[in-house]
Amino acid sequence: MFFQEATPDTSGYMIAGYVIAFLVMGLYVFSLYLRSRNLRQDMTMLEEMEDSAAKVIPAPEQERRRSPAQSAGRKRAKTVTKRSQKKSS
Amino acid sequence: MQPKPLALKIIDIVALITLIVATYLALSAPTERVMGEVQKVFYFHIGTAWTALLGFILAAVFSVVYLITKDLRWDRLQVAAIEVSLVFFFITIVLGSIWARPAWNTWWTWDPRLTTAAITELIYIAYFMLRQGIDDPDRRARFGAVYALVGGLSAPITFFAIRLFRTIHPVVIGGSNPEAEGAFSMTPDMRTAFFFALFAFTVLFIDLFWNRIRLGSLQDQVEQLKLKVSM
Repeated sequence: MFFQEATPDTSGYMIAGYVIAFLVMGLYVFSLYLRSRNLRQDMTMLEEMEDSAAKVIPAPEQERRRSPAQSAGRKRAKTVTKRSQKKSS
Repeated sequence: MQPKPLALKIIDIVALITLIVATYLALSAPTERVMGEVQKVFYFHIGTAWTALLGFILAAVFSVVYLITKDLRWDRLQVAAIEVSLVFFFITIVLGSIWARPAWNTWWTWDPRLTTAAITELIYIAYFMLRQGIDDPDRRARFGAVYALVGGLSAPITFFAIRLFRTIHPVVIGGSNPEAEGAFSMTPDMRTAFFFALFAFTVLFIDLFWNRIRLGSLQDQVEQLKLKVSM
């Protein structure tokens, strides 16, 4: 190559180089997009699961969240209703 | 997930425009007389190599900060820097190999620079394999930090390999190598394309790095939510 007179035609290598460089960068950007989309889908699904779990579980959870006065009143109300049920039966 | 910040959207666009301009300048730069058109891959080869090695060193710095603070945000930065650098360094190696075929008459030779570059790439591929094998986030971050810190040494070794050892790889920045095959001197137009490519790849690195950090934070949110739902 170093004793040549004319410039060699190496344009094929150059094109291959640029094509590969852009291809790799493009693939990486696409992988970032795909991973981000999948994670967002997972996030939405998990949030829905969390919401539905909160709706199903709550009885003791809600009891704990209520103020002591409220829950005491509620307990009293429950015992009253139980007694009235017994009487009626 | 928080919506994309305006600054990141601007960097996305700037990175794309600078990359297009860098490609235009590289392709329209004067053709080197001895090697011909293939010499033009050199602009992207150096641009990607510069940002990749910078990213590996940054990752080592983030590792040190993580080991001191134990804050997982630094682990996220470290992973992002290594992943983007790994992609860029892969491009560097492939472009170097494509250039070597007409310039050295071979795709690959076990020259000190090529060997150290290949070892660096393999070290960081192994880094992700190591992380995949550890479930506990704190343990994974600690092991990853130590590994990235030690692996970070490979970046300066790769950079200085052509300055310290006998090699046929040309020295572009800061010196000349009499045994180099394929060395050339740059014209002002070539220099413009060269420095603009360095700038364009630096902007692209920042852009991809930021996007990858956001992805990492989203991954952490999903992991936390999974734990919360499973409990």
